[in-house]
Amino acid sequence: MSQHVSRRLLLTGAVAGLAAAWLPRRAFALTSGQATGLVDNAVAEINGIIASGRSEAQMIRQFEGVFQRYGDTAYIAAFALGNDRRGKTNAQLSAFSDAFGTYLAQKYGRRFREFIGGQIEVQGARNVDNYIEVRTRAILRGQAPFEVDFHVSDRPGRPVFFNIVIEGVNMLLAERTEIGAMLDRRGGNLDALISDLRNAA
Amino acid sequence: MFYRFSLSHLAAALTLAALGACTAPQPGAEFNDPYEETNRAVHNFNKGLDRVALRPAGQAAAALPEGVTQPVQNFADNLSLPGMIINGVLQGDADGAITNFMRLVINTTLGIGGLADIAAEMGLEEESTDFGETLHVWGVPEGAYIELPGLGPSTERDAAGQIVDFALNPLSRLGTTDLARAGTASRAADLVIARGRLSDTIDSVLYESADSYAQSRLIYLQNRRFELGEPGGNGQIGGTGIDPFALDLEGFE
Repeated sequence: MSQHVSRRLLLTGAVAGLAAAWLPRRAFALTSGQATGLVDNAVAEINGIIASGRSEAQMIRQFEGVFQRYGDTAYIAAFALGNDRRGKTNAQLSAFSDAFGTYLAQKYGRRFREFIGGQIEVQGARNVDNYIEVRTRAILRGQAPFEVDFHVSDRPGRPVFFNIVIEGVNMLLAERTEIGAMLDRRGGNLDALISDLRNAA
Repeated sequence: MFYRFSLSHLAAALTLAALGACTAPQPGAEFNDPYEETNRAVHNFNKGLDRVALRPAGQAAAALPEGVTQPVQNFADNLSLPGMIINGVLQGDADGAITNFMRLVINTTLGIGGLADIAAEMGLEEESTDFGETLHVWGVPEGAYIELPGLGPSTERDAAGQIVDFALNPLSRLGTTDLARAGTASRAADLVIARGRLSDTIDSVLYESADSYAQSRLIYLQNRRFELGEPGGNGQIGGTGIDPFALDLEGFE
Protein backbone atom coordinates (compact mmCIF):
# COMPACT_ATOMS: atom_id res chain seq x y z
CA MET A 1 0.00 0.00 0.00
CA SER A 2 2.61 2.47 1.10
CA GLN A 3 4.79 1.37 -1.74
CA HIS A 4 1.92 1.95 -4.13
CA VAL A 5 1.37 5.46 -2.76
CA SER A 6 5.03 6.36 -2.96
CA ARG A 7 5.23 5.11 -6.52
CA ARG A 8 2.29 7.27 -7.40
CA LEU A 9 3.86 10.24 -5.66
CA LEU A 10 7.07 9.63 -7.52
CA LEU A 11 5.19 9.51 -10.77
CA THR A 12 3.28 12.71 -9.97
CA GLY A 13 6.54 14.34 -9.01
CA ALA A 14 8.14 13.30 -12.27
CA VAL A 15 5.20 14.65 -14.26
CA ALA A 16 5.31 17.92 -12.32
CA GLY A 17 9.05 18.18 -12.90
CA LEU A 18 8.62 17.60 -16.59
CA ALA A 19 5.89 20.18 -16.73
CA ALA A 20 8.08 22.69 -14.89
CA ALA A 21 10.95 22.09 -17.30
CA TRP A 22 8.60 22.46 -20.21
CA LEU A 23 6.75 25.58 -18.99
CA PRO A 24 9.34 28.28 -19.71
CA ARG A 25 9.45 27.20 -23.34
CA ARG A 26 5.68 27.54 -23.50
CA ALA A 27 6.15 31.31 -23.56
CA PHE A 28 5.18 31.55 -27.21
CA ALA A 29 2.37 29.05 -26.90
CA LEU A 30 0.05 31.73 -25.50
CA THR A 31 -2.67 32.16 -28.08
CA SER A 32 -4.42 35.38 -28.99
CA GLY A 33 -7.67 33.64 -28.05
CA GLN A 34 -6.39 33.14 -24.48
CA ALA A 35 -5.13 36.71 -24.35
CA THR A 36 -8.42 38.26 -25.49
CA GLY A 37 -10.28 35.85 -23.19
CA LEU A 38 -8.25 37.17 -20.27
CA VAL A 39 -9.20 40.76 -21.10
CA ASP A 40 -12.87 39.85 -21.60
CA ASN A 41 -13.00 38.01 -18.28
CA ALA A 42 -11.24 40.78 -16.36
CA VAL A 43 -13.58 43.41 -17.82
CA ALA A 44 -16.62 41.23 -17.01
CA GLU A 45 -15.45 40.78 -13.41
CA ILE A 46 -14.82 44.50 -12.96
CA ASN A 47 -18.27 45.33 -14.37
CA GLY A 48 -19.77 42.74 -12.02
CA ILE A 49 -18.08 44.34 -9.01
CA ILE A 50 -19.25 47.81 -10.03
CA ALA A 51 -22.81 46.52 -10.52
CA SER A 52 -22.79 44.75 -7.15
CA GLY A 53 -23.58 47.97 -5.31
CA ARG A 54 -21.13 47.21 -2.47
CA SER A 55 -19.33 49.96 -0.58
CA GLU A 56 -16.37 51.67 -2.23
CA ALA A 57 -13.89 50.10 0.24
CA GLN A 58 -15.26 46.61 -0.45
CA MET A 59 -15.14 47.17 -4.18
CA ILE A 60 -11.52 48.32 -4.04
CA ARG A 61 -10.57 45.15 -2.12
CA GLN A 62 -12.23 43.14 -4.87
CA PHE A 63 -10.45 45.12 -7.60
CA GLU A 64 -7.20 44.20 -5.87
CA GLY A 65 -8.22 40.53 -6.15
CA VAL A 66 -8.93 40.92 -9.87
CA PHE A 67 -5.57 42.61 -10.34
CA GLN A 68 -3.81 39.73 -8.54
CA ARG A 69 -5.58 37.06 -10.58
CA TYR A 70 -5.35 38.71 -13.99
CA GLY A 71 -2.22 40.82 -13.67
CA ASP A 72 1.48 40.01 -13.47
CA THR A 73 1.76 41.81 -10.15
CA ALA A 74 5.34 40.68 -9.48
CA TYR A 75 6.61 42.00 -12.81
CA ILE A 76 4.69 45.27 -12.57
CA ALA A 77 6.03 45.91 -9.05
CA ALA A 78 9.60 45.03 -10.07
CA PHE A 79 9.42 47.26 -13.14
CA ALA A 80 8.01 50.18 -11.14
CA LEU A 81 10.82 49.92 -8.60
CA GLY A 82 13.40 49.72 -11.40
CA ASN A 83 17.04 50.03 -10.38
CA ASP A 84 16.06 51.07 -6.87
CA ARG A 85 15.64 47.39 -6.04
CA ARG A 86 19.41 46.95 -6.01
CA GLY A 87 20.82 46.11 -2.61
CA LYS A 88 17.40 45.40 -1.09
CA THR A 89 16.55 42.19 0.78
CA ASN A 90 13.98 39.73 -0.54
CA ALA A 91 11.81 40.55 2.48
CA GLN A 92 11.83 44.24 1.50
CA LEU A 93 11.04 43.44 -2.14
CA SER A 94 8.21 41.14 -1.13
CA ALA A 95 6.77 43.78 1.22
CA PHE A 96 7.05 46.37 -1.55
CA SER A 97 5.32 44.04 -4.03
CA ASP A 98 2.35 43.60 -1.65
CA ALA A 99 2.08 47.28 -0.71
CA PHE A 100 2.36 48.31 -4.36
CA GLY A 101 -0.53 46.01 -5.32
CA THR A 102 -2.70 47.64 -2.67
CA TYR A 103 -1.67 51.11 -3.83
CA LEU A 104 -2.49 50.33 -7.47
CA ALA A 105 -5.92 48.92 -6.63
CA GLN A 106 -6.63 52.05 -4.57
CA LYS A 107 -5.35 54.47 -7.18
CA TYR A 108 -7.30 53.05 -10.11
CA GLY A 109 -10.17 51.50 -8.12
CA ARG A 110 -11.19 54.84 -6.63
CA ARG A 111 -12.07 55.96 -10.14
CA PHE A 112 -14.49 53.12 -10.87
CA ARG A 113 -17.35 55.60 -11.35
CA GLU A 114 -15.92 56.60 -14.71
CA PHE A 115 -16.55 53.03 -15.90
CA ILE A 116 -20.21 52.88 -14.92
CA GLY A 117 -22.19 52.23 -18.08
CA GLY A 118 -18.96 52.01 -20.05
CA GLN A 119 -17.83 49.36 -22.48
CA ILE A 120 -14.51 47.86 -23.54
CA GLU A 121 -14.67 46.33 -27.01
CA VAL A 122 -11.90 43.97 -28.04
CA GLN A 123 -10.71 44.99 -31.52
CA GLY A 124 -8.07 42.37 -32.10
CA ALA A 125 -4.81 40.86 -30.94
CA ARG A 126 -1.33 40.55 -32.38
CA ASN A 127 1.99 38.97 -31.41
CA VAL A 128 4.70 41.40 -30.32
CA ASP A 129 8.09 39.89 -29.40
CA ASN A 130 7.24 37.52 -26.56
CA TYR A 131 3.79 38.77 -25.62
CA ILE A 132 0.40 39.47 -27.15
CA GLU A 133 -1.06 42.94 -27.53
CA VAL A 134 -4.84 42.98 -27.18
CA ARG A 135 -6.22 46.15 -28.71
CA THR A 136 -9.49 47.46 -27.30
CA ARG A 137 -11.70 50.50 -27.66
CA ALA A 138 -13.02 52.03 -24.46
CA ILE A 139 -16.37 53.76 -24.73
CA LEU A 140 -17.09 55.70 -21.57
CA ARG A 141 -19.93 58.04 -20.85
CA GLY A 142 -19.37 61.64 -21.93
CA GLN A 143 -16.02 60.90 -23.55
CA ALA A 144 -14.84 60.27 -27.06
CA PRO A 145 -13.89 56.58 -27.52
CA PHE A 146 -10.21 55.88 -26.89
CA GLU A 147 -7.74 53.08 -27.49
CA VAL A 148 -6.61 50.85 -24.64
CA ASP A 149 -4.04 48.11 -25.25
CA PHE A 150 -3.50 45.25 -22.83
CA HIS A 151 -0.13 43.51 -23.03
CA VAL A 152 -0.54 39.85 -22.10
CA SER A 153 2.15 37.24 -21.42
CA ASP A 154 2.19 33.80 -19.84
CA ARG A 155 5.29 34.38 -17.76
CA PRO A 156 3.88 32.80 -14.58
CA GLY A 157 2.55 29.84 -16.60
CA ARG A 158 -0.89 31.35 -17.12
CA PRO A 159 -2.10 34.35 -19.14
CA VAL A 160 -1.64 37.64 -17.26
CA PHE A 161 -1.51 41.27 -18.36
CA PHE A 162 1.68 43.11 -17.45
CA ASN A 163 1.00 46.50 -19.02
CA ILE A 164 -1.90 48.72 -20.06
CA VAL A 165 -1.39 51.44 -22.67
CA ILE A 166 -4.08 54.12 -22.92
CA GLU A 167 -3.79 56.27 -26.08
CA GLY A 168 -0.07 55.63 -26.10
CA VAL A 169 0.37 56.29 -22.37
CA ASN A 170 2.04 53.36 -20.72
CA MET A 171 1.12 52.30 -17.16
CA LEU A 172 4.50 50.72 -16.41
CA LEU A 173 6.43 53.89 -17.29
CA ALA A 174 3.95 56.08 -15.39
CA GLU A 175 4.31 53.91 -12.27
CA ARG A 176 8.10 53.79 -12.51
CA THR A 177 8.11 57.61 -12.68
CA GLU A 178 5.72 57.81 -9.74
CA ILE A 179 7.54 55.31 -7.52
CA GLY A 180 10.89 56.93 -8.39
CA ALA A 181 9.57 60.36 -7.35
CA MET A 182 8.01 58.96 -4.17
CA LEU A 183 11.32 57.34 -3.23
CA ASP A 184 13.24 60.57 -3.91
CA ARG A 185 10.87 62.42 -1.60
CA ARG A 186 11.71 59.92 1.13
CA GLY A 187 15.46 60.14 0.61
CA GLY A 188 15.51 56.73 -1.06
CA ASN A 189 14.11 54.99 2.04
CA LEU A 190 12.20 51.97 0.69
CA ASP A 191 10.81 50.96 4.09
CA ALA A 192 9.26 54.41 4.53
CA LEU A 193 7.74 54.15 1.06
CA ILE A 194 6.32 50.67 1.80
CA SER A 195 4.61 51.85 4.97
CA ASP A 196 3.22 54.95 3.19
CA LEU A 197 1.88 52.83 0.32
CA ARG A 198 0.17 50.55 2.84
CA ASN A 199 -1.25 53.43 4.83
CA ALA A 200 -2.63 55.09 1.72
CA ALA A 201 -5.08 52.19 1.59
CA MET B 1 -5.18 93.74 -43.07
CA PHE B 2 -1.69 94.98 -42.31
CA TYR B 3 -2.07 93.57 -38.82
CA ARG B 4 -2.90 90.13 -40.18
CA PHE B 5 -0.01 90.21 -42.59
CA SER B 6 2.47 91.17 -39.93
CA LEU B 7 1.13 88.48 -37.62
CA SER B 8 1.66 85.77 -40.19
CA HIS B 9 5.11 87.13 -40.96
CA LEU B 10 5.89 87.03 -37.28
CA ALA B 11 4.60 83.48 -37.13
CA ALA B 12 6.76 82.44 -40.05
CA ALA B 13 9.81 84.08 -38.51
CA LEU B 14 9.17 82.50 -35.12
CA THR B 15 8.63 79.11 -36.69
CA LEU B 16 11.86 79.32 -38.61
CA ALA B 17 13.67 80.46 -35.49
CA ALA B 18 12.14 77.62 -33.49
CA LEU B 19 12.99 75.05 -36.15
CA GLY B 20 16.52 76.34 -36.54
CA ALA B 21 16.90 76.06 -32.81
CA CYS B 22 15.29 72.63 -32.52
CA THR B 23 17.37 71.07 -29.83
CA ALA B 24 18.87 67.68 -30.54
CA PRO B 25 18.47 65.09 -27.80
CA GLN B 26 21.40 64.38 -25.48
CA PRO B 27 22.58 60.84 -26.05
CA GLY B 28 21.66 58.60 -23.14
CA ALA B 29 19.31 61.09 -21.49
CA GLU B 30 15.83 59.81 -20.72
CA PHE B 31 14.12 62.93 -22.10
CA ASN B 32 15.19 65.70 -24.41
CA ASP B 33 14.61 68.33 -21.74
CA PRO B 34 17.51 70.80 -21.55
CA TYR B 35 15.18 73.54 -20.24
CA GLU B 36 13.94 71.48 -17.31
CA GLU B 37 14.64 74.18 -14.73
CA THR B 38 12.63 76.84 -16.61
CA ASN B 39 9.99 74.27 -17.52
CA ARG B 40 9.49 73.37 -13.88
CA ALA B 41 8.99 77.04 -12.99
CA VAL B 42 6.42 77.39 -15.79
CA HIS B 43 4.77 74.16 -14.63
CA ASN B 44 4.30 75.59 -11.14
CA PHE B 45 2.88 78.77 -12.64
CA ASN B 46 0.46 76.73 -14.77
CA LYS B 47 -0.61 74.69 -11.76
CA GLY B 48 -1.36 77.89 -9.89
CA LEU B 49 -3.40 79.12 -12.84
CA ASP B 50 -5.30 75.85 -12.95
CA ARG B 51 -5.97 75.91 -9.22
CA VAL B 52 -7.44 79.42 -9.16
CA ALA B 53 -9.14 79.60 -12.56
CA LEU B 54 -9.40 76.62 -14.87
CA ARG B 55 -10.14 73.91 -12.30
CA PRO B 56 -12.98 75.81 -10.54
CA ALA B 57 -14.41 76.89 -13.90
CA GLY B 58 -14.26 73.28 -15.08
CA GLN B 59 -16.11 72.11 -11.98
CA ALA B 60 -18.82 74.67 -12.61
CA ALA B 61 -19.09 73.52 -16.23
CA ALA B 62 -19.25 69.87 -15.15
CA ALA B 63 -22.37 70.71 -13.15
CA LEU B 64 -24.14 71.90 -16.30
CA PRO B 65 -26.32 69.45 -18.22
CA GLU B 66 -24.75 67.84 -21.27
CA GLY B 67 -27.49 69.42 -23.39
CA VAL B 68 -25.80 72.76 -22.69
CA THR B 69 -22.12 71.84 -22.85
CA GLN B 70 -22.16 69.43 -25.81
CA PRO B 71 -23.42 72.01 -28.36
CA VAL B 72 -20.73 74.45 -27.16
CA GLN B 73 -18.05 71.81 -27.68
CA ASN B 74 -19.51 70.89 -31.07
CA PHE B 75 -19.55 74.54 -32.10
CA ALA B 76 -15.92 75.08 -31.09
CA ASP B 77 -14.97 71.87 -32.84
CA ASN B 78 -16.73 72.89 -36.03
CA LEU B 79 -14.88 76.21 -36.12
CA SER B 80 -11.56 74.39 -35.79
CA LEU B 81 -12.28 72.32 -38.90
CA PRO B 82 -11.11 74.86 -41.55
CA GLY B 83 -7.64 74.88 -39.94
CA MET B 84 -7.63 71.07 -39.83
CA ILE B 85 -8.62 70.85 -43.48
CA ILE B 86 -5.71 73.13 -44.46
CA ASN B 87 -3.30 71.08 -42.37
CA GLY B 88 -4.63 67.87 -43.89
CA VAL B 89 -3.93 69.26 -47.36
CA LEU B 90 -0.45 70.45 -46.32
CA GLN B 91 0.26 66.92 -45.07
CA GLY B 92 -0.96 65.32 -48.28
CA ASP B 93 -3.61 63.53 -46.21
CA ALA B 94 -6.47 63.64 -48.71
CA ASP B 95 -8.70 61.25 -46.72
CA GLY B 96 -8.38 63.28 -43.54
CA ALA B 97 -8.94 66.58 -45.30
CA ILE B 98 -12.01 65.23 -47.13
CA THR B 99 -13.49 63.73 -43.94
CA ASN B 100 -13.05 67.04 -42.11
CA PHE B 101 -14.44 68.95 -45.08
CA MET B 102 -17.54 66.72 -45.13
CA ARG B 103 -17.90 67.24 -41.38
CA LEU B 104 -17.71 71.00 -41.84
CA VAL B 105 -20.38 70.97 -44.58
CA ILE B 106 -22.74 68.57 -42.80
CA ASN B 107 -22.44 70.06 -39.32
CA THR B 108 -22.66 73.67 -40.50
CA THR B 109 -25.89 72.96 -42.40
CA LEU B 110 -27.72 69.97 -40.89
CA GLY B 111 -25.99 70.52 -37.55
CA ILE B 112 -27.33 74.10 -37.31
CA GLY B 113 -24.14 76.10 -37.54
CA GLY B 114 -22.10 73.36 -35.90
CA LEU B 115 -24.13 73.00 -32.69
CA ALA B 116 -24.92 69.33 -33.41
CA ASP B 117 -22.37 66.76 -34.52
CA ILE B 118 -24.55 65.05 -37.12
CA ALA B 119 -21.48 63.96 -39.09
CA ALA B 120 -20.21 61.76 -36.23
CA GLU B 121 -23.60 60.02 -36.12
CA MET B 122 -23.11 59.30 -39.81
CA GLY B 123 -19.75 57.73 -39.04
CA LEU B 124 -17.58 60.69 -39.99
CA GLU B 125 -15.36 61.02 -36.92
CA GLU B 126 -13.03 63.99 -36.74
CA GLU B 127 -9.52 63.49 -38.10
CA SER B 128 -7.90 65.73 -35.54
CA THR B 129 -4.73 67.44 -36.70
CA ASP B 130 -2.69 70.63 -36.36
CA PHE B 131 0.37 72.38 -37.78
CA GLY B 132 2.62 70.56 -35.30
CA GLU B 133 1.61 67.37 -37.10
CA THR B 134 2.20 69.05 -40.46
CA LEU B 135 5.75 69.88 -39.35
CA HIS B 136 6.17 66.24 -38.27
CA VAL B 137 5.01 65.03 -41.68
CA TRP B 138 7.45 67.43 -43.31
CA GLY B 139 10.26 65.78 -41.38
CA VAL B 140 10.89 68.37 -38.68
CA PRO B 141 12.21 66.64 -35.53
CA GLU B 142 10.32 66.86 -32.24
CA GLY B 143 12.90 69.07 -30.55
CA ALA B 144 13.13 69.65 -26.82
CA TYR B 145 10.26 69.33 -24.39
CA ILE B 146 8.88 72.67 -23.25
CA GLU B 147 6.05 73.68 -20.99
CA LEU B 148 4.34 76.83 -22.25
CA PRO B 149 2.81 79.38 -19.86
CA GLY B 150 -0.96 79.04 -19.94
CA LEU B 151 -0.86 76.36 -22.64
CA GLY B 152 0.89 73.51 -20.88
CA PRO B 153 3.13 70.71 -22.16
CA SER B 154 4.56 71.00 -25.66
CA THR B 155 7.70 70.45 -27.68
CA GLU B 156 9.69 72.89 -29.78
CA ARG B 157 8.00 71.51 -32.89
CA ASP B 158 4.49 71.64 -31.40
CA ALA B 159 5.00 75.14 -30.00
CA ALA B 160 5.98 76.37 -33.48
CA GLY B 161 2.87 74.59 -34.78
CA GLN B 162 0.65 76.30 -32.21
CA ILE B 163 1.95 79.72 -33.23
CA VAL B 164 1.23 79.02 -36.89
CA ASP B 165 -2.22 77.55 -36.16
CA PHE B 166 -3.06 80.63 -34.13
CA ALA B 167 -1.73 83.16 -36.63
CA LEU B 168 -3.03 81.48 -39.75
CA ASN B 169 -6.45 80.76 -38.29
CA PRO B 170 -8.60 80.90 -41.44
CA LEU B 171 -11.54 82.15 -39.37
CA SER B 172 -9.86 85.39 -38.41
CA ARG B 173 -8.40 85.82 -41.90
CA LEU B 174 -11.44 85.06 -44.00
CA GLY B 175 -14.40 85.20 -41.63
CA THR B 176 -16.10 88.16 -40.03
CA THR B 177 -14.89 89.69 -36.78
CA ASP B 178 -17.94 88.30 -35.01
CA LEU B 179 -17.18 84.81 -36.21
CA ALA B 180 -13.56 85.14 -35.09
CA ARG B 181 -14.76 86.32 -31.66
CA ALA B 182 -17.26 83.48 -31.41
CA GLY B 183 -14.46 81.10 -32.35
CA THR B 184 -12.18 82.38 -29.60
CA ALA B 185 -14.94 82.36 -27.00
CA SER B 186 -16.13 78.87 -27.86
CA ARG B 187 -12.55 77.56 -27.82
CA ALA B 188 -12.10 78.96 -24.31
CA ALA B 189 -15.42 77.44 -23.23
CA ASP B 190 -14.44 74.13 -24.82
CA LEU B 191 -11.22 74.09 -22.78
CA VAL B 192 -13.14 74.74 -19.55
CA ILE B 193 -15.70 72.02 -20.32
CA ALA B 194 -12.96 69.53 -21.20
CA ARG B 195 -11.16 70.35 -17.92
CA GLY B 196 -14.41 69.59 -16.08
CA ARG B 197 -15.03 66.32 -17.90
CA LEU B 198 -11.50 65.03 -17.38
CA SER B 199 -11.42 66.41 -13.86
CA ASP B 200 -10.40 63.18 -12.09
CA THR B 201 -7.67 62.31 -14.58
CA ILE B 202 -6.13 65.79 -14.62
CA ASP B 203 -6.41 66.19 -10.84
CA SER B 204 -4.66 62.87 -10.28
CA VAL B 205 -1.74 63.94 -12.47
CA LEU B 206 -1.44 67.53 -11.22
CA TYR B 207 -2.32 67.20 -7.56
CA GLU B 208 -1.92 63.56 -6.53
CA SER B 209 1.32 62.46 -8.17
CA ALA B 210 4.65 62.77 -6.38
CA ASP B 211 6.21 64.73 -9.27
CA SER B 212 3.49 66.29 -11.42
CA TYR B 213 6.04 67.83 -13.78
CA ALA B 214 7.65 64.47 -14.58
CA GLN B 215 4.24 62.77 -14.98
CA SER B 216 2.90 65.52 -17.28
CA ARG B 217 6.02 65.34 -19.45
CA LEU B 218 5.85 61.56 -19.71
CA ILE B 219 2.13 61.53 -20.53
CA TYR B 220 2.32 64.38 -23.05
CA LEU B 221 5.25 62.95 -25.00
CA GLN B 222 3.84 59.42 -25.15
CA ASN B 223 0.35 60.55 -26.11
CA ARG B 224 1.62 63.01 -28.73
CA ARG B 225 3.88 60.39 -30.33
CA PHE B 226 0.92 58.00 -30.35
CA GLU B 227 -1.25 60.60 -32.12
CA LEU B 228 1.44 61.26 -34.69
CA GLY B 229 2.04 57.57 -35.26
CA GLU B 230 5.67 57.96 -34.25
CA PRO B 231 7.48 54.94 -32.86
CA GLY B 232 6.56 55.68 -29.29
CA GLY B 233 5.67 52.17 -28.25
CA ASN B 234 7.31 49.84 -25.84
CA GLY B 235 10.55 51.08 -24.39
CA GLN B 236 10.79 54.05 -26.71
CA ILE B 237 11.02 56.67 -24.00
CA GLY B 238 14.32 56.48 -22.19
CA GLY B 239 15.14 53.13 -23.74
CA THR B 240 13.33 51.35 -20.91
CA GLY B 241 13.06 47.91 -22.42
CA ILE B 242 9.80 46.38 -21.28
CA ASP B 243 10.10 42.59 -21.43
CA PRO B 244 8.05 40.44 -19.05
CA PHE B 245 10.67 37.68 -19.18
CA ALA B 246 13.77 39.82 -18.72
CA LEU B 247 13.61 40.85 -15.06
CA ASP B 248 14.84 38.78 -12.15
CA LEU B 249 11.73 38.68 -9.98
CA GLU B 250 13.26 37.03 -6.95
CA GLY B 251 11.63 38.50 -3.86
CA PHE B 252 8.71 40.05 -5.73
CA GLU B 253 6.74 36.82 -6.16
